[in-house]
Amino acid sequence: MNQDDSHQGLYRPEFEHDSCGTGFITNINGHKSNQIIDNALTMLENMEHRGACGCDPDSGDGAGILIQLPHELLMEECSNLEMSLPEPGEYGVGMIFFPKDSALKKACRTVIANAIEKLGLHSLGYRKLVVDSSVIGETARQAEPDCEQIFVSRPHNITNADDFERKLYVLRRYINKTITETIPGAGEHFYFTSFSCKTIVYKGQVTTYQLRKYFADLADPRIASGFAMIHSRFSTNTFPSWKLAQPFRLIAHNGEINTLTGNLNWFYSGLKSYVSSYFTAEEMDMLLPVIDNNQSDSACLDNIIEILLHSGRSLPHVMMMLVPEAWDGNEQMDPIKKAFYEYHATLMEPWDGPAAITFTDGKLVGALLDRNGLRPLRYVITNDGRVIAASEAGVLTIDESTVIKKGRLQPGKMLLIDTEKGKIITDDEIKHQIASRQPYGRWLENYKIRLEDLAEPRLAFASLSPNSVFRYQQVFGYSREDIDTIIKPMALDGKEPIGSMGTDVPLAILSDRPQHLSSYFKQYFAQVTNPPIDPIRERLVMSLATFIGNNGNLLDEDKMHCHCVTLKHPILKNNQLEKLRSIDTGMFHAKTLQTYFKADGLPGSLQRGIERLCRYAEDAVDDGFEVLILSDRAIDSEHAPIPSLLAVSAVHHHLIKKGRRGSVGLVVEAGDVWEVHHFACLLAFGATAINPYLAMSTIETIKRNGSLETSLDEKYLIKNYVKSVNDGLLKIFSKMGISTLQSYHGSQIFEILGLNKAVVDKYFCGAVTRIEGLGLDEIARESLCKHKIGFGSSKNADNQLLTEGGIYQWKRRGEAHLFNPTTVHLLQHATRSNDYNVYKTYAKVINEQGEKHFTIRGLLDFTHHRESISIEEVEPAENIMKRFATGAMSFGSISHEAHSTMAIAMNRIGGKSNTGEGGEDEMRYQVMENGDSMRSAIKQVASARFGVTSNYLTNADELQIKMAQGAKPGEGGQLPGHKVDDWIAKTRHSTPGVGLISPPPHHDIYSIEDLAQLIFDLKNANRAARINVKLVSKAGVGTIAAGVAKAHADVILIAGYDGGTGASPISSVKHAGLPWELGLSEAHQTLVRNKLRSRVVLQTDGQLKTGRDLAIAALLGAEEWGVATAALVAGGCIMMRKCHLNTCPVGVATQDPELRKLFSGKPEHVVNLFRFMAEELREIMAELGFRTINEMVGRVQFLKVKDNLTNWKAKKVDLSGLLHPVTNAKGLTLYNSEQQDHGMSEILDWKLLEASKAALEDKTPVFASYDVKNTDRTIGTLLSNEISKIYGSAALPDNTINIKFKGSAGQSFGAFTTKGISFELEGEANDYVGKGLSGAQLAIYPAENATFAAADNIIVGNVALYGATSGEVFIHGMAGERFAVRNSGATTVVEGIGDHGCEYMTGGRALILGETGRNFAAGMSGGIAWVYNPNGTFAENCNTEMVDLDPLSIKDEEEILTLLRKHIQLTDSKVAKELLNGWKEASGKFVKVYPKEYKKVLEKLEYQAVS
Amino acid sequence: MGKVTGFQEFDRELPQKAPVAERIKNYNEFVGLYPDEKLNQQSARCMNCGIPFCHSGCPLGNIIPEFNDAVYRKNWEEAYQILSSTNNFPEFTGRICPAPCESACVLGINKPAVAIEEIEKHIIEIAYAKNLVKPVAPLIKTGKKVAVIGSGPAGLAAAAQLSKAGHSVTVFERDDKAGGLLRYGIPDFKLEKWVIDRRIKIMEEDGVEFKYNVEVGKNLAADEVVRTHDAVVLSGGSTIPRDLPIPGRELKGIHFAMDFLKQQNKRVSDTKFDAEDIFATGKDVVVIGGGDTGSDCVGTSNRQGAASVKQFEVMFRPPEARTAHMPWPTYPMVLKVTSSHEEGADRYWGINTKEFLGDENGELRAIKVTDVTWETDFLGRPVKFTEVEGSEREIPCQRVFLAMGFVNPQHEGMLKKLGVELDVRKNVNANDKTYRTNVSKVFAAGDMRRGQSLVVWAISEGREAARKVDEFLMGHSTLESKDAVNEFDQVF
Repeated sequence: MNQDDSHQGLYRPEFEHDSCGTGFITNINGHKSNQIIDNALTMLENMEHRGACGCDPDSGDGAGILIQLPHELLMEECSNLEMSLPEPGEYGVGMIFFPKDSALKKACRTVIANAIEKLGLHSLGYRKLVVDSSVIGETARQAEPDCEQIFVSRPHNITNADDFERKLYVLRRYINKTITETIPGAGEHFYFTSFSCKTIVYKGQVTTYQLRKYFADLADPRIASGFAMIHSRFSTNTFPSWKLAQPFRLIAHNGEINTLTGNLNWFYSGLKSYVSSYFTAEEMDMLLPVIDNNQSDSACLDNIIEILLHSGRSLPHVMMMLVPEAWDGNEQMDPIKKAFYEYHATLMEPWDGPAAITFTDGKLVGALLDRNGLRPLRYVITNDGRVIAASEAGVLTIDESTVIKKGRLQPGKMLLIDTEKGKIITDDEIKHQIASRQPYGRWLENYKIRLEDLAEPRLAFASLSPNSVFRYQQVFGYSREDIDTIIKPMALDGKEPIGSMGTDVPLAILSDRPQHLSSYFKQYFAQVTNPPIDPIRERLVMSLATFIGNNGNLLDEDKMHCHCVTLKHPILKNNQLEKLRSIDTGMFHAKTLQTYFKADGLPGSLQRGIERLCRYAEDAVDDGFEVLILSDRAIDSEHAPIPSLLAVSAVHHHLIKKGRRGSVGLVVEAGDVWEVHHFACLLAFGATAINPYLAMSTIETIKRNGSLETSLDEKYLIKNYVKSVNDGLLKIFSKMGISTLQSYHGSQIFEILGLNKAVVDKYFCGAVTRIEGLGLDEIARESLCKHKIGFGSSKNADNQLLTEGGIYQWKRRGEAHLFNPTTVHLLQHATRSNDYNVYKTYAKVINEQGEKHFTIRGLLDFTHHRESISIEEVEPAENIMKRFATGAMSFGSISHEAHSTMAIAMNRIGGKSNTGEGGEDEMRYQVMENGDSMRSAIKQVASARFGVTSNYLTNADELQIKMAQGAKPGEGGQLPGHKVDDWIAKTRHSTPGVGLISPPPHHDIYSIEDLAQLIFDLKNANRAARINVKLVSKAGVGTIAAGVAKAHADVILIAGYDGGTGASPISSVKHAGLPWELGLSEAHQTLVRNKLRSRVVLQTDGQLKTGRDLAIAALLGAEEWGVATAALVAGGCIMMRKCHLNTCPVGVATQDPELRKLFSGKPEHVVNLFRFMAEELREIMAELGFRTINEMVGRVQFLKVKDNLTNWKAKKVDLSGLLHPVTNAKGLTLYNSEQQDHGMSEILDWKLLEASKAALEDKTPVFASYDVKNTDRTIGTLLSNEISKIYGSAALPDNTINIKFKGSAGQSFGAFTTKGISFELEGEANDYVGKGLSGAQLAIYPAENATFAAADNIIVGNVALYGATSGEVFIHGMAGERFAVRNSGATTVVEGIGDHGCEYMTGGRALILGETGRNFAAGMSGGIAWVYNPNGTFAENCNTEMVDLDPLSIKDEEEILTLLRKHIQLTDSKVAKELLNGWKEASGKFVKVYPKEYKKVLEKLEYQAVS
Repeated sequence: MGKVTGFQEFDRELPQKAPVAERIKNYNEFVGLYPDEKLNQQSARCMNCGIPFCHSGCPLGNIIPEFNDAVYRKNWEEAYQILSSTNNFPEFTGRICPAPCESACVLGINKPAVAIEEIEKHIIEIAYAKNLVKPVAPLIKTGKKVAVIGSGPAGLAAAAQLSKAGHSVTVFERDDKAGGLLRYGIPDFKLEKWVIDRRIKIMEEDGVEFKYNVEVGKNLAADEVVRTHDAVVLSGGSTIPRDLPIPGRELKGIHFAMDFLKQQNKRVSDTKFDAEDIFATGKDVVVIGGGDTGSDCVGTSNRQGAASVKQFEVMFRPPEARTAHMPWPTYPMVLKVTSSHEEGADRYWGINTKEFLGDENGELRAIKVTDVTWETDFLGRPVKFTEVEGSEREIPCQRVFLAMGFVNPQHEGMLKKLGVELDVRKNVNANDKTYRTNVSKVFAAGDMRRGQSLVVWAISEGREAARKVDEFLMGHSTLESKDAVNEFDQVF
C-alpha cells in the first residue's frame, strides 16, 4: 500500500502494534552445529499460536531467525559463484531485500557500490538466495522482495571484528539513507535485514512453518551456528510488511514501547551535542538520523541500541540504560547499581513498556525483561551445554533427565551467556560489573543538585493579593465548579474527585464557552496491545523522579552529565521555584521568560507572542542557561497569557528542531494549571517541572474565606493538593502502561481533538489530530474571552463570583448538557405513558441541537442516494430490537431492582442485557413464573473476574471481555467494603464487608496474543456463545480492532469515552478516550481494508439516545448498539451523578435497602424506549430507502456534514476522514456474514470428553492419561463446560474424572475446570494454570526422570489461579509472577513464586513453601496466605499496606498440616516431606499473611458465633 | 454539597407559624424563623443533584444547590452572593413565591421537597442582619439615563439591574410609594411593608431615583419621558381585573379583590386613601376565584372579623397528589391549602355563580349558584362544563370579592399615548428575546408584557429586560442572564 492511500480515512500507519513470541537457543560454549538451527526452527514452529494470520491464512505476520554467519555454507555457495570468501570475521554479509523492479534494483546496486567505495571497503559480490515463493501466502507474495546477500571484505587497516562491525554499520546506514533520499520509490522496498561480520538474519512475512521451507539455506544441512534467536510476530494489521518481521540486527522484541514518540524526540533533541570518538564527523553525518522513519517501535529500539553499542558501550550496558530496573525508591537495591541507574537516568529516560527482549552482538546472547515483567520468558539449562529460552516452556522437547535448571526471567532481570567464555553470567554479576565501570555514585554525590540544599532565593515574586487572585482566576478560566468540584476535594482529602454517569456536554471544539486548551487533548490509554499498570498496588515500579538541566552527550560518559537538579516529583511550590530561579552553582543558572501575547485581538498576535518566546528561549540556551522558567504571571489588561500548554510545547519543539532541547530544563510557572490533566498535558509536551501558583493561591483563598470546612492549615492543604496531583499523574501514566515520569516526559501520548493540523504540526509536532479545528487566532480568541472577563471594564466591583462551570453538573447558565431537565422529563414521560409522540418531542430536542452542537454526530446529516420507501417495507422493529444491548452495569454498581428490570426488558425484546463485572446470582438463570427471565444474555469477563466460573460462562449467549471502559479506560476500580453486602459478596464470591479491587489490566492479557488466548479459553468454556471484545474509542482503535478480529473475536464493541459509570475519576471521564463516532469509523475502515470486516459484528455504545443516533452509528459501521444511560433514565434515573455515594434517591444506583425500595422503573418502560428508538430508526431507514439494517451498515456515503453550520468553532471541524468510504473487496460484506474459525477442531478436550462419557452420564468415575505439549492449550475447559451444562454449579462429586497428563502443557492448563475433575500433570505448565478454577483439583510435578530439585525450578508459568473461585492446586516446584492473583476461593500449595504473589486476593488459601518475589499481597483484601520464611526475608518482599503478618494459630497449623499431607500424596513433594518431618521447628518459621479487613470481619463473625 | 445523607436523616420541616387564633388578630407576618440547627438540617436535605431540576424550575434560575451548600457551611456571605446573583429581591420571593423550585425538587419524587423558599428567606434576612446587603452600583457611570415606569417587582428588578450596570435610573410610580402589587396587593400578614422600604432604601443609596405620584401619560407626558431618557422600560403590570358580568353585578357589596386588599394595606400602613371603606366585618363573605388573591381576601376578611367566609372556584376540585398527567417535575395543579385557608373558609369547587341577588336597598343579599361538572381532554385538562340539573340554589352573603385574575394592562393613558403595539392578549407586544416594543428606545417587562403572572416571573422579566436594555445602550452587557449566553458573543 502506498503512503497516500494509507492516510485516507482515520487510519494511520503509526497506530500499528505488534506482539509475539521470541526466544533463543545457544550452546554455552558457542559450538556451532546444524542442530541448534533445527532446534530453533522447531521452537519457532511451536510458537505459531503466538503469531497470527490475517484474512489470508497462509500469510503470516512475520517470522525470522538470527544466527551466526554460517561460514561453511556461505563459503561453498560463494565458491560456486566463483567468489572466494576469506576467513570468518574477515568479511561481512549484508542480507538485502531488493525491490522487485529491476530498474530500481539496479539503481540500488549502484548506490551500494559507490558507498562501499566511499568507505574504503571492497565488495566481493552478490549471492541471490534460493527461496520457494510457492510456500508463502498470497498477501505476502504480493510484496515479496528479491532476497540477496552482498559480501564485503575487511580492509587491512581495520584490525578487529568490532571495528569492522562498526564500519559495516556506517556503511549500512549510509546506503539506506542514500537510497531513501535519492531513489524515489525504492526506500520502502529496499532493506537490510542485517549487515555484519558476525551474524545474519533470515526473516520475512512468513508463518513459522514456512520459514525453513522458504529459505533454502535454512534447510541446508551445512548451515550451522552456535546460537539462534527467533521471533514470531502477531501484528494488529495484515498489510505486507517483510521488513517488520524480526529479529532485527541485535534484538528480537516481544512487547511494546509505550513512550516511543517521546523517546525519539528526546533522542533527536540532543543530536547537536552527539559526538563520539568512535566515529568521524563525516561518519556521524552518514549515520544520521540514526533511527529510520516509518518503522515499528521495536525497529527503532534496535536502531538506538546499535548507535549506543557502536559508540563504545557494551550490549548489556546499553540494555540497562534503555530498560532499567525499578530503582527509584528501592531500598533493597545495591547502592552501586542504584547509582548506575540514577546517573544514566540523567542521560536517558527508560524506553518504557512491556518487553521481553532477546539480544545478541554475535558473541553475547541474552534476554531481559521490563521492570513489570509483563512478558513471559522461560528458560532451561541442560547438562549438554544448551540454554533454551522462549516465551513459553516446552517449545522444544528436552529429555528431562538432562535438565539442570528450569527458570524464568524475573522482572527487570537479565540472562546472559558469553559464548566466547562459555559461561552463563548471572544478573547480579553482569550488572555489578557494569555498574562498577565508573564511580557513578561519587559523581552523583559531587555534582547532583538537590533543591533542598539550595540557598534561599535572592529575590521572590510577591504573592497575589486577594483581588488579584479573583482576577487571575477569571483570566485563566477558573469556574466555581472547578474550585468546588476539583480543587476542594484535592486539597481536603488529597484525592482526585470521583463522579459518575459519564458526560454529555459538548466536545471542547463544539462548546461556546471558552475552553482550557488541554480540553482539546485526549489521554491515550493502554488496551490489548499492552497492559495498564496499577499505580497504587504496584507503586514500586513507578517513579516521579525527574531532573532539570542539561542532558549532555548521550554517546559519551562524563561526570558533568549529572550536574542537574533532581526532583522527587515535578510539582514545585512557590518557594522551591524561587530557589530555582535564583540558582547559581557557578555553572548552572536559570532564566525566566514571560509567556504573554498582545491582547489586541488582531490576527497573528498570538503567533508573534510565541515566536518571540521561542526566540528568547533559543537565545537563553545559547547564553548558557540550564533552566528556562516560562512564566505567565506578568499579564495585564493589554497582555494576555499564552496558554501554558501551547507555550511550553512551542518552546520544546522549537528547541528540539534546533537540536538544543537536551541542553535545558523547562519549568512552567502558570496560572492555568489546576486539574491533573493540565499537569499531564504539560509534562507530555515538554515541561520538566510545574509551579501551579494560582491553584495554590486559590487554596489559600478558599481556606481564608471559609469555603472549606476543615481544621487543616493552608500548608497542609497544599501538601494534600500536590499529593493528589502526583497520584493522579501516576494514574495517568499507568493507564498507558508507563511507569516513570521520565518516560512520560515529552511522550505526547494524547490525541488532539479540535486543533488544526497547522497548529499541531508546528507546535505539537508529531501528535495526532484528525478532525482539524482551531487555528492560533481562534485559540487566542478563547484566551482573550477569559482575559476580557478578568480585565474588561469591571462594572460589578462587588461581584466576586466566578462563572458556574456546569460541566460535571447541569447548571442553567453553565455548559449545555444533552440530558437536562427537559430531556430527562420528556424521556421518562414518554416511556412511562407509552406515548410515542412525547418520545418524538424528546428525540427532536436531542437530535436537532440547533445552533448548539454537542457531538460529532450532531454535525452530520443524512444524504439521499435512494428512493424513499414506505415504512412497511422496512424490516420490523422486532428484528431491529434484537440488535440492542444494555451497557455493562454490575450488580453492585446498580441495585438488583434496576439490574433485573433491564434484564427482563431485554429478554422480552430479544436483545441482550449485560451482567457487568459483578457476576450473576444463579437464581436469575431460572425462568420466572410469568415467563420473564432475569438472566443476562451477556456475561462480562472483566479484570477482577468476580463470579466468573464455568457455570457463569456456560449460562451466556455472549461473553464480553472488557478491555476498557469508556468512562475510565486503563483504570481499575474499587468497591469499598461497606458496599459489599451478603448478596453482592455471594455473587462476587467474596466476603461481606471486605473491599474488592478490580485491577487495571486483565492479568492474562498483556498483549494481543494473550487476548487471542483468552478468547480461545472462553470459546472453550462456552462454544455456543459469541465472544465480544469491548474496546474504547481512541486513535488507533481500528488497528487494535483488526488485531482483535485476527485473535478471533466474534463481536467487537467500540465504546465511546462518554458512557456512564458508577464511579470514575472525573478527569478520566472527560479527558480519556474519544467519541465513538471516530473509533467506530476507524475500526470499520480498518477492518474493511484488512478484509476482516465480514468476520466480526461491530457494536458501538456511548450516550446513544435516539433512533437518529442509531442510524448514524449504522452508517458508520455498527450493526448492533448498546444503550445504557437512556435505558436507566427510562427506568427512573434522574442523573443524580451520585452513584459512587450509594445515595441514589430513586433506588437505581444504590444498595441501601431503604433507597432501593424507591425504585419505580418497570421493564415495560425500558421496552418502550427501545421500541421507540427502533421505530424512529425505521422512519429514517424508510426515508433513506433501506429495507434492512444489513443494507445500511457502513454506508457512510449516506452521511454528510450539515450544510448550515454557523458556529464559528464547529465550522472549523473537518470530518472527511470520518466520512471516507473504504472500498470493499469483492465478495465481502460490510457487515458480519461469516463465522470465525476458532481452531477448536483439533483440541485435546474432545478426547477428554470422549473418555468422560460415563462420568457425564451417571457420575461414574473415569480414568485416563495423555501426553501433552505446549500447543495443547486450555485443557479441561470444554469438558467443564459440558459438566456445567448438565450439573450447573454443583458439578460432579470430587475425583469423578481423573486424568493424568505427561509433558509440557500449553497455556491455561485447567482453566475454569469444575468440581469433580482431578488433573495430574507430570512435567510442567505454562501461564494461567488453573485460571478461573471452579472446583477442580490440579496437581503438577516434574517429570519422573528429572534430576533437578523441583523446589528451585519453575514448573508453572505466570498468573496461575487468576480469578479462581474454588478448587485446589498443588505444585511441586516454583511458579512465576502474580501467582494466585485475584484468587477468591481456591486453595493452593506451591514451593516458591515470583513477584506480586497473591495480588488482589479476596479469598481462599495459599500455602507457599519457599521464596516469594517482591510486592507479595499487594491489594490483598481477603483469604489467607502462609509463607515459609526460614531466612526471615519475607517481610521485605511483602506489601503490608493491607495485610498483617501474624504467627500461626493452632487452627492454621492444622490446616497447613492437612495441606502438606495432601501435597505429598498428590505430588510426592520433597519439601513438604521435610517440613512435615521437622514440623516442630518449621512451624515457627511460617508467617501468616492475614488481610486486615478480612481479619476484622472473621473475628467479628467468630465473636458472633461464640456469643 | 452539605451532607451526603442529609435527605435520609432529616424530614422536611417548616418554621413555626403563630396559632390561627393569635394571628388573625392582627396583620403581622406570622411565620417564624428556624433555629440555627433546623436551618442547617433543612439545607442538609439538598442532594446537590446532577441535574438540579429546582434550578431549572425556578423562573429566575436560582442556583439552589450552591446556596444550600453555603448555608450548610454557614458561609452567609457566599450564600448571599450566590442568591443575589440571580435574584434581586429574595426577601419578596422568600415570602410569597409559590415555589415552582420545590415542585421540581428531585427529592419531591418520593419525599417532601427541600424547603427551598424558607432557606432563601433566611439567607436574605441573615444577610441584612449581617449588613451584607449593600449598594452595588459602580462609581463610574455610563452617563445613560433610563426611565422605568411602574415600581412593581418587574420595574424594581429592572431598575436595580440597570443601576448595577452603571446607568442612571429613574423610576416613575403613580402611587404614593414603590412596590406596586407587592405593596398594595399582598396583605401585610404575608409581606410586611418595611421589607419593601428596606429594599427601596438600598436602591436609593445605589442611586436609583424614585418619583412617586407621577402617572406617565396622565400627569407627565409619555413622549417627554421617552425624549429625556436613553431608554424606557414599561413595567406597569396587568391591572385590569376580570369582571363577572352577570345580573346583579351593580349591587352594593360586590368589589374587586384588589380594591379591598389595597385599602386594607393602606390602613395598616397609615396611608390615607379617598375611596369608600370596604369592610367584611360581620358580613357573610363570598370570595369568587380560587387563586392566591382569593386566599388573600379570605385572610383579610377573617382579620376584619367576617361572619363567614366562603371561597368559590368554578373548576373541579384538584387532586391531592400528582396524576399521570402532571408528572414530576412539572408544576402540579394539586389541591393547595394556604395559610389563609387554615384560618377558616368554606371552599367550594365546581360551582358557578349565576346571579347576584340584592335587597330593596340595592345591597347584595345572596348569590345564585349551580354546581357544574367538567369534561376533560386526554391530558386531563378541563374543556367544557355542564351545569348539574337541579343544583341551583341561593347562598346568602353580603360581600363578594371578585378575585378572578387580571385581563391585561391599562391601555388608556400611557400605552395609547406612546402608541405601543399590543399582542393578541392585549398585552404590550414585545418578545422575551429582546423585550423591545415597536416604539424606539421603549422596552416592556413583567405582567404588562407577559400578562398576569407570579412575582418571581416579574423579577425575572425585569432582570432579563435590563440586560437587553444594557446591550441596547452599550453594545454588550455583563449583567447576568438566567440562561446560558454565548460567552464569545458577550465579549466580542
